[in-house]
Amino acid sequence: MAVDTSVDLRTRLQNWLPKIVLAPSFALVLIFVYGFILFTVYLSFTDSRMLPSYGLVGWENYSKLFRIREWDVAIKNLAIFASLYIVICTLIGLFLAIFLDQKIRGEGVLRPIFLYPMALSFIVTGTAWKWFLDPGIGIENTMHLWGWESFEFGWIKDRNMAIYTIVIAAVWQTSGFVMAMFLAGLRGIDTEILKAAQMDGASNWQMYRRIIIPQLRPAFLSAFVILCHLAIKSYDLVIALTGGGPGNATAVPATFMYSYTFTRNQMGIGASSAVIMLMTIAAIMVPYLYAELREKKG
Amino acid sequence: MGFLDIKQATKSYGSVEVLHGVDIAVEEGEFLVLVGPSGCGKSTLLNMIAGLEDITTGEIAIKGQRMNGVHPSKRNIAMVFQSYALYPNMTVGQNITFGLEMHGTPKADRDKAMGEVAELLQITPLLGRKPGQLSGGQRQRVAMGRALVRNPDVFLFDEPLSNLDAKLRVDMRTEIKKLHQRLGTTIVYVTHDQIEAMTLSTRIAVMNGGYVQQLGTPKEIYDNPANVFVASFMGSPSMNLMEGVVRMQGAEAAVEIAGSSGVPVLLPVNVAAQRLDGQTVLLGIRPEALTDPDGADKNARRIVTLSNVVDVTEPAGSDTFFTTTLAGKDTIGRMRADAVAVPGQVAQMAINMDKAVLFDPTSGDRIR
Amino acid sequence: MSVASQDNAMKTGRAARVFIYVFLLVFALFYLLPFFIMLVNSVKPLSEITGGNMIALPQVWTLEPWLGAWSTAQIGVEPTGLRPYFWNSIKMVVPAVVICTAIGALNGYILTKWRFRGDTLIFGLMLFSCFIPFQIVLIPMARILGILEISGTTTGLVLVHVVYGIGFSTLYFRNYYAAFPTELVRAAQIDGAGFFQIFYRILMPSSGPITVVCVIWLFTNIWNDFLFGASFASGGAAPMTVALNNLVNSSTGVREYNVHFAGAIMAALPTLLVYIVAGRYFVRGLMAGSVKG
Repeated sequence: MAVDTSVDLRTRLQNWLPKIVLAPSFALVLIFVYGFILFTVYLSFTDSRMLPSYGLVGWENYSKLFRIREWDVAIKNLAIFASLYIVICTLIGLFLAIFLDQKIRGEGVLRPIFLYPMALSFIVTGTAWKWFLDPGIGIENTMHLWGWESFEFGWIKDRNMAIYTIVIAAVWQTSGFVMAMFLAGLRGIDTEILKAAQMDGASNWQMYRRIIIPQLRPAFLSAFVILCHLAIKSYDLVIALTGGGPGNATAVPATFMYSYTFTRNQMGIGASSAVIMLMTIAAIMVPYLYAELREKKG
Repeated sequence: MGFLDIKQATKSYGSVEVLHGVDIAVEEGEFLVLVGPSGCGKSTLLNMIAGLEDITTGEIAIKGQRMNGVHPSKRNIAMVFQSYALYPNMTVGQNITFGLEMHGTPKADRDKAMGEVAELLQITPLLGRKPGQLSGGQRQRVAMGRALVRNPDVFLFDEPLSNLDAKLRVDMRTEIKKLHQRLGTTIVYVTHDQIEAMTLSTRIAVMNGGYVQQLGTPKEIYDNPANVFVASFMGSPSMNLMEGVVRMQGAEAAVEIAGSSGVPVLLPVNVAAQRLDGQTVLLGIRPEALTDPDGADKNARRIVTLSNVVDVTEPAGSDTFFTTTLAGKDTIGRMRADAVAVPGQVAQMAINMDKAVLFDPTSGDRIR
Repeated sequence: MSVASQDNAMKTGRAARVFIYVFLLVFALFYLLPFFIMLVNSVKPLSEITGGNMIALPQVWTLEPWLGAWSTAQIGVEPTGLRPYFWNSIKMVVPAVVICTAIGALNGYILTKWRFRGDTLIFGLMLFSCFIPFQIVLIPMARILGILEISGTTTGLVLVHVVYGIGFSTLYFRNYYAAFPTELVRAAQIDGAGFFQIFYRILMPSSGPITVVCVIWLFTNIWNDFLFGASFASGGAAPMTVALNNLVNSSTGVREYNVHFAGAIMAALPTLLVYIVAGRYFVRGLMAGSVKG
């Protein structure tokens, strides 16, 4: 922009005002997000324990991290949790949306029912599900009282199965939201295309498989990105539902980072685990955001 | 020096220059229309006059005062936007007086000015309404009212009629013209519609590719286009352009083209073209110059009649357009509505060669 | 979400329609049951819960658990009930939401109507900050709060939530203002309005819907936050979610499930209320989380 010498003061101030107003919040983000990220990355290469210290130790924290069994468990748990969570939420969300899109009587009542869990805190969800899944008083107990004596559902106390209870509670909370995304996608499809497909003699099944579901691609992508993001960040639900237990059977990277940093005084290792989490999310989010911003420009 | 001077104005975005050295001087009371296809730079030029975009090099001056870098609100200009840009949360009255309010005009004066403008545009009953409750034509009037109330030196119009339906557009066109004649204001008006340009303007600047192709009165532009672009952009249906070879007929030059049966036709032209003897040129003939023999201009000096096959007829009510093949190309002519022409059959046609123009086929420039 | 055209509906047989309805109702039950059970058991005496059926309605209705959870239950070591923590959350949420929304609105205005070289990059950086795992900032944040001497306070939490809410509020307003006609801003410039005048007089009066969306999103997010609350404000300044977790997980004495449920519902109530009152906007807010404007 060529600045002209004859420009009067008020005009020049007006030209600068937007940048001046934007600057403080941009500075906040720069420091509190990117500055902090750099600081944490730095810490991950130091021998920090209870407090940050600045003795560099190279990649030692990372090599230690991958030798810790609990991190192994956390990674495996996250893999199990994320893949099941994403697949089940997507399937339930898709089918609910398709079925709800069939001129259903009472759609206005059903939609909010499917969606309301998303408004709740994961702590509330965890508190509720912790109790239902408790074999002593929850579903198992109820089944026994109803006369189904042999019914057993003790996953939450079982080291091998506890991670799946987290999937159940998380799916309960989020699948309705995925439904809403798909429903919006379905409602956005051009009905003339569907009429044309009907003229071409497509059956209901073919219509969904060949015409409608392929057009939901953006909804699938958005759902995938959001679910990934929620899965990797999931901390509250695990804490409220199982506390990471029994033992450390339901540890995930988020709980691992917290306990190593703040309770076990292994800040260096905690920082390195946080860096790995960030890298994982960045690998998913950055291409997505980049594509979104480019689209907007064009 | 004019009232509004644009001197060697250029505009670049980064290294891309989109407007190349534009020179236009507008006199007080003139109605200048910038016309051209989308992307020709006409709106950019208008925004530069308004101060909404910077000038990269060159100068814009109003009443002899250099305006580069001056804030839009301090140029004493007013603008009517394509979407009207009425503030949706304000009433019509507030919309009209917002600019005065921003300039610190006292409330009593604002209301007086608003009343006068509303009276002039016959929108007094609408003053209390919100823009959302108005029809397209009413919004248009309010937008003009907002511009008028400021009593600016220059009015800028950015395609103000393009959001209206066809009938309303014609009505508003007349109204804008009346307003200009009554108030004698200086107007710069951007449009892509060449009919608007012809009907409204006192002068037209035809733009393409960031250059002013021709600047002149509507009649000059229409009858004496400077190049092939101006010739084909102005006029609807557009000018027929056909390749032909110049043959000297004694002192008179003529252009030889092929008729529908392949028989050569010789068309004398009003150009001293000895130097072009034997060369290929582009011959431009407007549709109204190709007509039925009885419809031809009786006063014209060079009327050529020929028999040619009519391919298609398109009765338009007032006249009938027809397509015939000349120089191997579809050529459109306009005959009187009751003239007889049957598609597929030979008809008598007359070409008024007084109105024909020649262009250089490589550069596209006019040959005079 | 538009409910307008519903022509996607298949021509289906009777059996298929019955199946669809059964499927939808089963899921409705799946979503409703947990909350129903919480509600029912929060008004039962403890004896009915440990000995009885969780789905059964109470034989003796009682509000004791609610009163207990509100004012006398043991949170950590103090028998204060959830009341003080509820107010902590309110004192945290309200200023954080107000500040964040104001900043987001200005940022969105600048990034769409006063564009400059590099604005997309700035927006991209702000946007990405919405999606980082907050574990990456926990350690330095704890240090900074300590240095500013606001660690363990509600003020500290407000700062944290503002900083990490700016990205989302900017996103909302930017996408909204992107569709706001720029010609209006230009007209106002020619009329002589300045940067702030244009914002107050022209954009703000039309920003109602997006403000509602943004406020709802920030409110639910900040109210429901646990990680920051647990990290930076344990003890007397803890927000509701942290207090609830303490209540449920404090292992002294008999587990008073009815009290836990009453507490859980209390923690859910504000966000549920928002959802019931402004459900339409709630959905829009969630959807904007997928970046699409």
